[in-house]
Amino acid sequence: MTFEALLFYFFAAVMVAASLAVVTLRNPVHCALSLVLTFFTCACLWLLLRAEFLAIALVLVYVGAVMVLFLFVVMMLDIKTLPGREGFTSYLPAGLVVATVMLAELIGLMGARKLMQGGPVRDAATEQGLSNTEWLGRALFSDYILPFEIAAVILTVAIVAAVALTLRRRPNVRTQDPAQQAATRKQDRLRLVDLPHHDGSKQA
Amino acid sequence: MVDNTVAIAISMADVRAMLPELFLLAAAFTILMADLFIAQAQRSVTHWLAIASLLLTGALVWRASGDDSLARSAFGGMYIADQVAAVCKLFILGSTLLAYVYARPHLKPRGLFQGEFYTLTLFAVIGMMLLVSAGNLLSAYLGLEMLALCSYALVALNRDSPLSSEAAMKYFVLGALASGLLLYGMSMVYGATGSLDLGGIRAMSSSNLLHPDLLVFGLVFIVVGIAFKFGAAPFHAWVPDVYQGSPTGVTLFVASAPKVAAFGMAYRLLDNGFGTPALWPNWAAMLSVLAVLSLVIGNVVAIAQTNLKRMLAYSTVSHVGFLLLGIIGGGADGFAASLFYATTYSITVVAAFGLIVLLSRAGFEAEEIDDFRGLNQRSPFHAFLMLVVMASFAGVPLFVGFLAKLQVLKAVIRADALWLAIVGGLCAVVGAFYYLRVIKVMYFDKPVADAPVLGATDAGFRLVLSGNVLALIALGIFGGPLLTWCMRAVAAS
Amino acid sequence: MDQMLSLFNTYTAQFPTIWMAIKIVLLPILPLIIAVAFYTLAERWVIGWMQVRRGPVYIGMGILQPFADTFKLLFKELLIPSKSNLFLFRLAPMLALIPAFSAWAVVPAGEGLVHSDVNAGLLYLLAMTSMGVYGIILAGWASNSKYAFLGAMRAAAQVISYEIAMGFALVGVLIAAGSLNLSEIVRAQSGNLGIGEWFMWPLLPLFVIYLISGVAETNRAPFDVAEGESEIVAGFHVEYSGSAFAIFFLAEYANMILVSFLVPLFFMGGWLSPCPESWGWIGKGGPHWLALKVGIIAFSFLWFRATFPRYRYDQIMRLGWKVFIPITIVWVMVTGVLVYTGALVPNA
Repeated sequence: MTFEALLFYFFAAVMVAASLAVVTLRNPVHCALSLVLTFFTCACLWLLLRAEFLAIALVLVYVGAVMVLFLFVVMMLDIKTLPGREGFTSYLPAGLVVATVMLAELIGLMGARKLMQGGPVRDAATEQGLSNTEWLGRALFSDYILPFEIAAVILTVAIVAAVALTLRRRPNVRTQDPAQQAATRKQDRLRLVDLPHHDGSKQA
Repeated sequence: MVDNTVAIAISMADVRAMLPELFLLAAAFTILMADLFIAQAQRSVTHWLAIASLLLTGALVWRASGDDSLARSAFGGMYIADQVAAVCKLFILGSTLLAYVYARPHLKPRGLFQGEFYTLTLFAVIGMMLLVSAGNLLSAYLGLEMLALCSYALVALNRDSPLSSEAAMKYFVLGALASGLLLYGMSMVYGATGSLDLGGIRAMSSSNLLHPDLLVFGLVFIVVGIAFKFGAAPFHAWVPDVYQGSPTGVTLFVASAPKVAAFGMAYRLLDNGFGTPALWPNWAAMLSVLAVLSLVIGNVVAIAQTNLKRMLAYSTVSHVGFLLLGIIGGGADGFAASLFYATTYSITVVAAFGLIVLLSRAGFEAEEIDDFRGLNQRSPFHAFLMLVVMASFAGVPLFVGFLAKLQVLKAVIRADALWLAIVGGLCAVVGAFYYLRVIKVMYFDKPVADAPVLGATDAGFRLVLSGNVLALIALGIFGGPLLTWCMRAVAAS
Repeated sequence: MDQMLSLFNTYTAQFPTIWMAIKIVLLPILPLIIAVAFYTLAERWVIGWMQVRRGPVYIGMGILQPFADTFKLLFKELLIPSKSNLFLFRLAPMLALIPAFSAWAVVPAGEGLVHSDVNAGLLYLLAMTSMGVYGIILAGWASNSKYAFLGAMRAAAQVISYEIAMGFALVGVLIAAGSLNLSEIVRAQSGNLGIGEWFMWPLLPLFVIYLISGVAETNRAPFDVAEGESEIVAGFHVEYSGSAFAIFFLAEYANMILVSFLVPLFFMGGWLSPCPESWGWIGKGGPHWLALKVGIIAFSFLWFRATFPRYRYDQIMRLGWKVFIPITIVWVMVTGVLVYTGALVPNA
């Protein structure tokens, strides 16, 4: 067993344990954190496969941004523990049967022995003498330009949809207009009033 | 030193082949921006702009389909512009156009007449056009997601209605699950063939594969994904809730054009990708199960419905069963029959919901079947229109629904699946029962005391609706040209 | 026996990997901790001087002050709120510190003076700095205190908002340099013009935005609403005492020093000399130039704190989303056009 294989088994074990924790833990914040750990170990596994761009992008996007927002929401909701899973035990046998059948089918269909004889994995990036990131960039902007641009449109649609569903112009909401605040002049706020002295004479 | 110039693979030929989509995309973005500067009182400007862009796109599709100088595939096979795509696109654009006309009087009094409705539907149309033109699993998936994302948001457009939100939530969760299954299947197929290109998959699947079973395993999940998008039983759980929960103006859209797009997707994946004689029995068997379940569940459950929108939802499930019969038949004839079914169904269902809009008004939804009691005495013409739509759904001869059913049954018989044809015929008889019940309610029941007057709609609306419904009769009698068009399109592709 | 021998051989063959790992862990940490200690001293001097106070200059110029601070914190009792989430409460300081240190693996101090000269260094940096926020939000949540929680929420939203602008600013650098490798980025700024070749000129808006976002990303004044002493006592670390607090403190200052390194590396020519190469010894690059530039940026961090009033929270969000992000997107496009027309030549 090489050092890389050791690392692989370590990360894989952590990943499986963490993903189990995601679905079994009772505290939603712990679940979300387990998901973070799952993503992180997954990124480590990808690094072992020399897919450094994907690995770092996973950490950057999912761990660094998406899960933080997720945690944000979970924490705001302030659910200390999830309610007991009603029917968990009654559904468990059926679920286990389905899962076992699926697994057996998968193994049977592909044939465990046949799987082992898969050809060597080609690494398109090293074949062309490019770094993984560079190769991905070239592929995205040449062969896959159409799906790439469609994905961009889909993201725009997601923004439009999110705004359409959440932006509410409620009446009677007090808001600030920073530009207006900054444009305030002294005359708007301050009025100088001549007050007479107690003896009736005006101030100088 | 690596060569720093990346050959960007956009040629003028690619752009010209994809011109309709690109035009509609530009139009959608323009409308998105322009709508920001349009006051609510002038919202009709958005409406007309959207209609104009649909018409122009349709003209571009029409022109491109006849222009032999254009490339039939672009972007390295990601995009395919064949005759099937052209027929699908024209009907997608047409039924969306009808949906726009019918939706306006419904959305306006309910405060839903917003620019977002138009931008989201336009983006959904682009997604559908990409889907029916997909030459690659990637572009198929992305087109599908674009359509789905817009649909989720559209269903939830009426934010203050709990029914709407519930429907959108169910739709979203189930849709995400279906997308996951579809992606899983695609990854299996990629693992088996090493190709994402549909033509490549077809070529590889007839060669000697290392894991041929893996391909079939992936195919199962792809069929499930297609079935979900169609709303075929047992993946139909979202259909009734979405039809009932979303505003009728949105149901109009969600119920019509996406069915044509779902056909396009099935055609691309099952014919272009897995259409080899060796794979056909595999997916045909899976689809047979789905078709029988859809026919039985759709027709039987629809009988128990009192809500017209819900009834139409279950009837959709049964119609999807019929549509699948044609696909099971396979080959050029089978797919042509299904294409004919999908296209005619899209304009029938849009008319049905248009009639619901016509009878609704602010604060009142003509959704219950009881709301149509004695419609004949109040408005004979509209009762007649409803009669035509229901008869067409039921498959009464002389109406287009009959012709369509006939075609798919013929296709199944040709494929030596007589039992399927018998199940289909029996279910059509069961289905006739509840369609005829609506007709009975309209013609033979007394109107209730506070029967609603007809909703306020303009003359243009009534004209378009009447034309749409009369087209169902016209196509039923003179449906030949459309049928040959479908035949020729499938044969040529 | 043969098997075991071959196993042993493979492990020793992998030994450089382990050695590298130890080096990565050990080397940046000690100098960094010392730097942080004296940075705090410098902060007191500089701010004291700017605000015309004397600062801690009574005993031995205050040199002993950092040590006094450190020992005080280390010997104080570690208080743990009774209703806190014990595991996360203890984990949070470590989660704050680990990314702050691990980011240093790819930061070059001079030509070839870098632990790990990876290709995707810039992405790695972004990923590591974006993970630092976990320490903050977990600390805030686990403390089971309203002030801490408010601080954590503010910090999380702020860090994520400014990360986008920061990322886009770096996209500009990436386009201009044609590489994600930090050493390559510095080399792309070399040339006959000296200071004129630095990216801060063609990418001036990105430079300014990156600098300001760096201040916001580290939750420093004037963007320190996450701590906001006058509003929410001390924010996310209000319940932490003793060495746990010291770790947060260390992480914050380590991040500040990191940003002080990154700004020169990305925009100010890194270890290159501001003078043209043809000027003999003064035109030669070296770590001393980088140290000088880092000093300038680190000084400006203190300068900001001494001179600017704290931004209001909604103003911070507005600046991040409505001002910085649009500007960076536009300037990324401008950079693309500059490269396309040949006004800027990436070196890859």
